[in-house]
Amino acid sequence: MTRAMEEKLPGKLIAVEGLDGSGKSTQIHLVHQWLQSKGYRVFFSEWNSSVLVREATRKGKKRQLLTPTTFSLIHATDFADRYERQILPLLRAGYLVLCDRYIFTAFARDAVRGCDPAWLRKMYGFARIPDITMLFRLPLAVALERILEGRPQLKYFEAGMDLDLSPDPTESFRIFQGRVLAEYLRMVDEFGFTVVDATQTVHRQQTAVRRLIQDRVDLGFFHKRYIQ
Amino acid sequence: MSPKHTYGMIPAGVDLGKLSGTLIAIEGPDSSGRSTQIALLTQWLEEQGHAVAQVGLRRSSLVGPELDKAKQGNILSPRTLGLFYATDFFDQMENRIVPALRAGFVVLADRYIYTLMARAIVRGAEPEWVASVYSMAIVPDAVFYMTISLSTLVQRTFQSHSELDYWESGMDCGLSRDWFQSFVRYQRKIRSEFFKMQKKYAFELVNANRSVAVVDRDLQGRIQLVLNQAEKLGARRVSRGRVSQ
Repeated sequence: MTRAMEEKLPGKLIAVEGLDGSGKSTQIHLVHQWLQSKGYRVFFSEWNSSVLVREATRKGKKRQLLTPTTFSLIHATDFADRYERQILPLLRAGYLVLCDRYIFTAFARDAVRGCDPAWLRKMYGFARIPDITMLFRLPLAVALERILEGRPQLKYFEAGMDLDLSPDPTESFRIFQGRVLAEYLRMVDEFGFTVVDATQTVHRQQTAVRRLIQDRVDLGFFHKRYIQ
Repeated sequence: MSPKHTYGMIPAGVDLGKLSGTLIAIEGPDSSGRSTQIALLTQWLEEQGHAVAQVGLRRSSLVGPELDKAKQGNILSPRTLGLFYATDFFDQMENRIVPALRAGFVVLADRYIYTLMARAIVRGAEPEWVASVYSMAIVPDAVFYMTISLSTLVQRTFQSHSELDYWESGMDCGLSRDWFQSFVRYQRKIRSEFFKMQKKYAFELVNANRSVAVVDRDLQGRIQLVLNQAEKLGARRVSRGRVSQ
């Protein structure tokens, strides 16, 4: 496990971050389609998607038994499973790995829940910092509007109800998302995020995103025809 | 009545100042007599009028069943398994140990973070990483490490089980295809990690090669000292409180 961090990997890691409603999932989906259609070796990975851990998370969330620490640990477990089983082997095999949310989601959310930022960074210390991390930035009010008009029924943890910010789920969600956004902005310099203006049209954002990837990654290397 | 602290980081939402109970961790391999001693100690403490709470590893309802399932399939990477265990540990710490300590109980922990750390390190995790994950654990008032010679351990294991346990033999570590050889090597490795941790975490060694009754008396004597110490601290705090009022 120690060697993994020093090893130079042929693959590239690209992550998108941002609030719910920032449009980052749409953008990374379009990137995925584009890279696939061009015949590149590409893999897409989502936050919180490992089957085994999902069960425990679901149970914990349902019964509201999770504390900030266990909430954080259970997501770290899920991430470690996905990282060591998918992300790292694919990077070793020379893939472009696209992540819809990465460790910064945990850094932001868990810090809002009161977890020590230093502890979080150490715990996730086994994970590589992506080659490109894009933060889709949107004014809080716009992000809230997009989410709140779509699904009025907010889930307990999603709304940050465990933080006792407000007895009203919508109000709690507003406060919670505002704090998450502040945490994201704090990390821009720390981790070298590329900030994407998410108020622009989907197409214009996508054009900028593709250009960024082309500039920063030697895509030819990832073509399926290219034998390492 | 002892003031509690952690190994560096404070878990969110936990008020350590209000934990007046006593936390005692008993470590040692399976068949070293941990559970027998904990049963005897519980009886003795209760006779003395102390409320006792027992906690162990992998008893929490949060991830217990998922851990069992994962272990059966042996499909998790060491790091994932390690974090799963950590989740389970902190779930127990926050939902069982902390409330019991707050209520002034003597908490007897049948194994604590040290076993989890040793297991993870033997499986290749970086010691610093493991220590940082567990840096929010409450420091026990005393940690007793039951040491036992390998030959006695082997004998006791076969006496009570007639076969070796897959995980206690470290069969997932690829030390040997032979179960017995793997068991011996794995136990040696775990023990060596415990000795490396001994100073940093202030383990008190307990010679567990002796009879149950002798070990019990030994533990009682040492725990009595811990309780006396806690009593003194508590009394001092109470009197100080009165003066300031």
